[in-house]
Amino acid sequence: MSKIATREAYGKALVELGKSNPKVVVLDADLSKSTKTADFKSEFPSRFFNMGIAEANLMGASAGLAASGKIPFASTFAVFAAGRAFEIIRNSICYPKLNVKICATHAGITVGEDGASHQALEDIAIMRSLPNMSVIVPADAEETKKAIFSIAEYNGPVYTRLGRSGVPVLFDEDYEFVLGKGVQLAGGSDVSIIACGIMVAESLKASEMLAQEGISARVINMSSIKPIDKDLIVKAAAETGAIVTAEEHNVIGGLGSAVAEVVSQEKPVPMKMVGVNDTFGESGKPAHLLEKYGLTAQEIVKAAKDVLKKK
Amino acid sequence: MRNHKELRSVAAKVRKNIISMLHQSGSGHPGGSLSAVEIVTALYFDEMNVDPADPKKENRDRFVLSKGHAAPVVYSVLAEKGFFDKCELLKLRQVDSMLQGHPDMKGTPGIEMSTGSLGQGFSAACGMAMASKMEGSPWRVYALLGDGEVQEGLVWEAAMSAAHYKLDNIVAFLDNNGLQIDGKNEEVLGVDPLGEKFTAFGWNVIEIDGHDFDQIFTALDTAKATAGKPTMILSKTIKGKGVSFMENQAGWHGQAPNDEQKEIALRDLGGECNE
Repeated sequence: MSKIATREAYGKALVELGKSNPKVVVLDADLSKSTKTADFKSEFPSRFFNMGIAEANLMGASAGLAASGKIPFASTFAVFAAGRAFEIIRNSICYPKLNVKICATHAGITVGEDGASHQALEDIAIMRSLPNMSVIVPADAEETKKAIFSIAEYNGPVYTRLGRSGVPVLFDEDYEFVLGKGVQLAGGSDVSIIACGIMVAESLKASEMLAQEGISARVINMSSIKPIDKDLIVKAAAETGAIVTAEEHNVIGGLGSAVAEVVSQEKPVPMKMVGVNDTFGESGKPAHLLEKYGLTAQEIVKAAKDVLKKK
Repeated sequence: MRNHKELRSVAAKVRKNIISMLHQSGSGHPGGSLSAVEIVTALYFDEMNVDPADPKKENRDRFVLSKGHAAPVVYSVLAEKGFFDKCELLKLRQVDSMLQGHPDMKGTPGIEMSTGSLGQGFSAACGMAMASKMEGSPWRVYALLGDGEVQEGLVWEAAMSAAHYKLDNIVAFLDNNGLQIDGKNEEVLGVDPLGEKFTAFGWNVIEIDGHDFDQIFTALDTAKATAGKPTMILSKTIKGKGVSFMENQAGWHGQAPNDEQKEIALRDLGGECNE
């Protein structure tokens, strides 16, 4: 299976989007080669603004551009976007519901060697707590492309979480992304695995492993974390009676919490959350880190078996 | 226009409105609202291309109150200009009012940016100037900052970017009244030399008396004639200007006048004025 990083797909999608939508402008904070916005800069130099190493002003200037009718795509690493610039996003972008698309790359532990300071594991929690903000985590290159085109048509702030490392290509060009909708990728009746980002591919692997042991696991790609697809979650809870969530994020406040908010209030069933267990990461190869921090198909299988015991 | 007599008359009404609305709401920021009356009046009643009947008209000039706590001065000027009915002023800070404690661009006609968290309005104003410049549009951006506000690092990030992108279509006023909540700027955290700092950051700096219409307009004309650089108009002002017991008192940064104080204030300003 070929692998492409979602940030690569983002860079290419931006260029395509720039051709069809003249309102699109792109801002970066001295990371355009890493976030891949440099492709857009080459194509449309007059619509690209490097704001330097100044993430607060990256977001403030984006707010001003959006208030003037532009559709700014603001990019930097997730740790700086959701972390350092949080309060500018809150007050200058979300409060007035300005049309800024924050596309944050290098999210999660698969940043790898740069270590804990650069591995955002709390950005979903921070961003989804803001009124008016939508939060999406594409699972592969194709979904990233579709999502970028989709959010450009939506009027309001969106936080898109992208990764540094290559992830398996899961979808073909017929795949559709709809803000607020999850997608069932595999049928199953014993347990539902709800995942986002790089953990979607692991969930599909886990589903196959569980099948070999006679356990039928449904797999849902919940790339739209806010708004979340309540109907699909409630249906999964009702039809399978147990849920496992999987995400490359702290288990506090991320996808697992968002799913639990729905399940606990609408259709309570036992749940298990696979994610980073309230700790910082460290330097290392992405694959080694995923192993060490329990973000693997094996961990999902284990969680599925555990949750089945609680049914 | 530049009819100073008329502008002074508007400024007097604006000051009285500020006192009346803050007295009514029982909270808010009189000091830094009163210090900026001439600047905001000059902008809306002469300098800027705005139309109260069409607040979103194309190619209008934009004003951003980066020192968002001085909302009463802007609300008062917008009401005098006709953006909304003056009776709204007395609903300041109340539930369901269009006039929030700090400016809300979604709720108030004429407000271009939601502000209140210091430094952010200036940053957004620079973003607006970038938008106008990249289109070659005629509209200009005006911003008002407080002197305490420049303690925010974001102010300097924005200042750096405005000079880098040669935003000669933005003019910022710095309401230099020397006081902030906890006392004098120089005692809380020194901000001087402001002129040298902004000059070093690539801005065209002009120093004026912020209560003198002549000096305000001369500075605005100079800004318009300055190519390739943003302009910062350092405006020496008096916090609480016009009200005897509020002038130069840090304590009047964020406190509303009671009944008795309101009467004295309105008397200082030349009598009640709620037509």
